[in-house]
Amino acid sequence: MSEFVYLFRSSESQQREFMGNPERAQQSMQVWLAWMRGLEEKGHLKNPGQPLGHTGKVVRGKEKAVTDGPYIEVKDLVAGFIIVEARDLAQAAELAKGCPMLEGGGTVEVRPVDEAVLGLNRKLDPERAARWRGARPE
Amino acid sequence: MPELNEHLFRSEWGRLLAALTRIFGVHNLALAEDVLQDAFCRALEVWKVRGVPENPSAWLMATAKNRALDVVRRERKARTFAPEMGRLLETEWTLAALIDEAFAAETISDEQLRMMFSCCHPRLPEEAQLALILSILCGFSAKEIASAFLTGRAAIEKRILRGKKLLASSKTLFDLGDAGFAQRLSTVRHALYLLFNEGYHGASAKSAVRVELCAEALRLTALLRKHPPAATPTTNALAALMCLHAARLPARTDSAGELSALVDQDRSRWDARLLSEGLALFERSAAGEEVSAYHLEAGIAVVHASARSLDETDWAAIVSLYDRLMDMAPSPVVALNRAIAVAQRDGAERGLEELYAIADRDRLSDYPFYPAALGELELRRGHRPSARKHFQTALRVARNGMERRFFERRLRSCGSDA
Repeated sequence: MSEFVYLFRSSESQQREFMGNPERAQQSMQVWLAWMRGLEEKGHLKNPGQPLGHTGKVVRGKEKAVTDGPYIEVKDLVAGFIIVEARDLAQAAELAKGCPMLEGGGTVEVRPVDEAVLGLNRKLDPERAARWRGARPE
Repeated sequence: MPELNEHLFRSEWGRLLAALTRIFGVHNLALAEDVLQDAFCRALEVWKVRGVPENPSAWLMATAKNRALDVVRRERKARTFAPEMGRLLETEWTLAALIDEAFAAETISDEQLRMMFSCCHPRLPEEAQLALILSILCGFSAKEIASAFLTGRAAIEKRILRGKKLLASSKTLFDLGDAGFAQRLSTVRHALYLLFNEGYHGASAKSAVRVELCAEALRLTALLRKHPPAATPTTNALAALMCLHAARLPARTDSAGELSALVDQDRSRWDARLLSEGLALFERSAAGEEVSAYHLEAGIAVVHASARSLDETDWAAIVSLYDRLMDMAPSPVVALNRAIAVAQRDGAERGLEELYAIADRDRLSDYPFYPAALGELELRRGHRPSARKHFQTALRVARNGMERRFFERRLRSCGSDA
């Protein structure tokens, strides 16, 4: 089994559509819960991750310039992440197809956790590696 | 401004506690209780200033939900919550949805049912099962439970504490899909039956307390019937029995609030809605082959309910139902009631013979209605001195003022010694 990070991306208007009014939000939460529960029950949910807020600051380059807002390009907002355990990239991609966010026009970026880096870290410092693996996020 | 229902907090307690326990897990029952208590306090603080809102129940639920969210966020690293929740409470992706789900009407019904089954743990004595049900599912305080059972408050508190400890030591609440469901169901029915009886025949002098016990038993039995695997003919028979007896409650005390014997009861005061509900349930209980003690007791209540007066009652049918009940679930109290029915059918002499023939009648020595029945029948056949003696015994073991005044009245009707 290998680990994969799902990065959920959507635009602000898509998110508004998804969670727009209380009734809509309720439904969206329920389908989202059902999907997550499915992953959890089948043992795929390695780490339930977190959703990310829409605001924030970006610190750039050597000048350490700080700007408001995560991105200027709001069509590509990272809405959050989870970590999934799957046989291989193909299965991880297949599992991602069930994500309700896709219905609203969002995307799921499926990225394998780099085993090479992980292995190196484990050798150096098992505790840090465990943290890196996301087994117990701080 | 809407009035605050006297029992609002108590009636919401069981429902909201079930939802919170669903989230926190039964091992965190004490936390769930604290959180709920706190939510109630906060609601009250606001209401004191702004007045009671239009829908206080919805307000309480919203407050409890918010408190649950706070607690999970604050303590999810330090505590483990309900194993059923898996890791989904750890993340904001699903936290709010899980909490909404736990407070959905259907989940609350299921969780209350699981709680009820858990309270009837075979390792708990019956009186502890009842105290737990009243505390957790009905929101009764230890003081209220003590007054219902005529037991000291400290003893009740101990009983509840021990029961809650046992509950908290189990990983999860009873699983309704468990193989032991049928067996536990029968324990649950028995507990609800005892709860109802405590209200109906119990020792507490406060008729208000007793009516509430009956109402709670009816409510919990209705909850049982809503769950299809639990809605068996025997459960319907139990529900029928409760409805038919509860229908007679308004007539059991007279206009002065004093105990009224079946002979003197004003049958027009029987609750028509409960009567017809009881009769309908009794019909449904006949589906299938099962005949339980509840069927027989409900059958007796049906015969009473269908008679226009005491004299028009089909006593032969009642005696034969009691005969079958004695075969199935013999007890001195059943034997006592059977003897009274025999007296109605065959006269006081035969009734007295039956009363003296009760095998374990020494177990009735603290039960005032045994000497009272002897007195009644002696009086009926004209043996006044003997009747007096028996009513005096009844008076001595009477459990509350209402019973005492009742036996005093019966004693006076025996005339003087001279």
